[in-house]
Amino acid sequence: MWLRKTTLGIGSVFGGGVTLATREASADWALNMRQGVTEVSQQVYNLHMYILWICVIIGVLVFGAMFWSIWKHRKSRGAQAAQFHHSTTAEVIWTTIPVFILVGMAIPATRTLIAMEDTSNPDLTVKVTGYQWKWKYDYLEDEVSFYSNLDAASRAAVYDDPRQAENYLLEVDNPLVVPVNKKVRFLITSDDVIHSWWVPDLGWKKDAIPGFVNQMWTRIKEPGVYRGQCAELCGKDHGFMPVVVVAKSEEDYQQWVAEQKGRQGAGGIAEQAPSQALVTTPEVERSTAAPTAGKAVVNTAAAQL
Amino acid sequence: MSSAIAHAEHHDHGPAPGLMRWVFTTNHKDIGSLYLLFSLLMFLVGGAMAMIIRAELFQPGLQVVEPYFFNQMTTMHALIMIFGAVMPAFVGFANWQVPLMVGAPDMALPRMNNWSFWILPFAFALLLSTLFMSGGGPAGGWTIYPPLVLQTGDAFPFVIFAIHLMGISSVMGAINIIVTILNMRAPGMTLLKMPLFVWSWLITAFLLVAVMPVLAGSVTMLLTDKFFGTSFFQAAGGGDPVMFQHIFWFFGHPEVYIMILPAFGIVSQIIPTFARKPLFGYSSMVYATASIAFLSFIVWAHHMFTVGMPLAGELFFMYTTMLIAVPTGVKVFNWVATMWRGSMTFETPMLFALAFVILFTIGGFSGLMLAIAPADFQYHDTYFVVAHFHYVLVTGAVFAIMAGAYYWLPKWTGHMYNETLGKWHFWLSTISVNVLFFPQHFLGLAGMPRRIPDYALQFSDWNMVSSIGGFVFGASQLLFAYIVIQTIRGGVKATDNVWEGARGLEWTLTSPPPYHSFTEAPVVK
Repeated sequence: MWLRKTTLGIGSVFGGGVTLATREASADWALNMRQGVTEVSQQVYNLHMYILWICVIIGVLVFGAMFWSIWKHRKSRGAQAAQFHHSTTAEVIWTTIPVFILVGMAIPATRTLIAMEDTSNPDLTVKVTGYQWKWKYDYLEDEVSFYSNLDAASRAAVYDDPRQAENYLLEVDNPLVVPVNKKVRFLITSDDVIHSWWVPDLGWKKDAIPGFVNQMWTRIKEPGVYRGQCAELCGKDHGFMPVVVVAKSEEDYQQWVAEQKGRQGAGGIAEQAPSQALVTTPEVERSTAAPTAGKAVVNTAAAQL
Repeated sequence: MSSAIAHAEHHDHGPAPGLMRWVFTTNHKDIGSLYLLFSLLMFLVGGAMAMIIRAELFQPGLQVVEPYFFNQMTTMHALIMIFGAVMPAFVGFANWQVPLMVGAPDMALPRMNNWSFWILPFAFALLLSTLFMSGGGPAGGWTIYPPLVLQTGDAFPFVIFAIHLMGISSVMGAINIIVTILNMRAPGMTLLKMPLFVWSWLITAFLLVAVMPVLAGSVTMLLTDKFFGTSFFQAAGGGDPVMFQHIFWFFGHPEVYIMILPAFGIVSQIIPTFARKPLFGYSSMVYATASIAFLSFIVWAHHMFTVGMPLAGELFFMYTTMLIAVPTGVKVFNWVATMWRGSMTFETPMLFALAFVILFTIGGFSGLMLAIAPADFQYHDTYFVVAHFHYVLVTGAVFAIMAGAYYWLPKWTGHMYNETLGKWHFWLSTISVNVLFFPQHFLGLAGMPRRIPDYALQFSDWNMVSSIGGFVFGASQLLFAYIVIQTIRGGVKATDNVWEGARGLEWTLTSPPPYHSFTEAPVVK
């Protein structure tokens, strides 16, 4: 079985076959970051490309000089070694020009960072709590709350055949649902160890730290399903606690909220107890940093340092 | 010192016979060899762990190991490679080369030198033994963040103790190097006439003395949090997990420069030799190295951009991190200028040194990208970071170690290594290391997090490629081990000067050098 899969795998590498293709086939052999579905993710992508191009150009120049020298200034071609070994002018030039290049990078980077850190005037607020090994979402205004676990199909496929599970390791039972074109503020914390909440299409990640609450915001431009993963090692199932965000139109979102409230009123969505950690340690304190509904008491970013 | 000279003049003083020579030696060359061979062994052990990691990541799904053991492998792989392979290798180079390069008979504190080495096998036996303890070895990453690391089982205090032992070894070694360099240079060797390798170690040694105690403090606080009722890193007790990260990375960032500055020094010795041309910009290189060391203290939080720092903090650390690119770039330009209009030959040391310059620079580019804080929110804790640090540490530090090994093995052993085999090792390693790590940039950009034993299907293709590169790279290092052992045991006799363009005091001695190196101080013009 293992040998058969390996042979298939190697065949697909060399034959360019579609053995490993999934619904996300276009993402196979991916080379670059996604542009994402928010202003922020777009700006981050542009910044990334800008820096990358500058590095490529500098690399071409430096490596070009090296390869030229390796070819031209070799003893086997009869090259005679010059003996010069310093030039203050050269040192000044190749110190100051990089400083200017860096300033040229720092300006757009600063602008983007300032824009990203502005969490004021949100349209709604969601509290995200990391657990070993799942996420919990609390809608503070609408008082909806539920856990979000890796889906059953992925779980079943881990030791068997990952290709049997759709969106293997990137699917959950209860995704986070948000409205498009609204500023959603996230209050991110953890119940046990440090986790990190990340959806690449939104353009950012933020650590979920027990006893502290981090803030971040997003405004999603297009309806759709966006997938991410926990991005801070949190124990044995760190790789098995994905994040799924479903962005709906405002109407669909309100309908969904109404459904959730109905269900939770009737004792619908199970409030699952957090699963046991592999090694239980009574010393690890459970944090109770739950902000009050409405005007949340949060440690703003300023308190985090 | 004068009694040592008089002593040597009396009779031919060789090493004590038998195995106890190695236990009790206070000779810098013996201790250098011990460090280097220990480092080679640890490199293979850490490499075996990497093979397990790449075997599991060869395909999606879990085929080889359980997730918890996988986390132990990633944690131990890093601890072994950083503290057991790279750092001891550079200390081994320092021990062999610093006295020879400054014209001294030995290190300043030879007995402390012996202890500095012998702590290490004990510390690593202890660390490796934790894999067999109840609850397994450490599995929270080499960065040992709380609260996760406090979930470690019985192994926890042993890991802390092993780290303390390694730190003590490093600090003692660093003190020895500083005292030797400052006090035992031959007459006429002013500081600005020292070989650049010696400069790089002088600066590195100060970094070590400054930051190893900080690591010791941080792991002691972890210990007391777990066993003695403190709450340094727990909010419920008034503490903060992020404070650990600040303290750790205040050590951790200078640590990575500790792992690269000696590499810069080695490359700065090799390129001039094989270009038959003096190093370009000697004083710039010294100032650049010192600038990098200074800057390394004020960039640490770039490892923490996603913890929720205030804007001002993020901007400060972004700017200082970007600044480090300037002196590093200056060094790269100076190496290229050294090559320029030289008369180059491409023996194995030069091949590794040139590969270092190119591939380390690629690692530097990804480092610059990581410095851009808003972009880092997408790169942090992904395979993009894994690619970055493996470029600077493997094709950077490790390649420089291999370059230095090939460069100085003839001097140390009196035998030339096999040049054909050396070239095979070089090309196999260089091609496979790029197949192994370059695709990891793509994986990170595509969204694959770090430290996961299994991944979504869109990451399959590059993971398979990377694993194949890993297997070839791993196998190629067995060839390196063979070459080293073969050269120690015999080979074509090496001349004193070994390499046509080699300059420096070590080349004025025989190959191998006399047991007490310089019994009379050479005079440097």
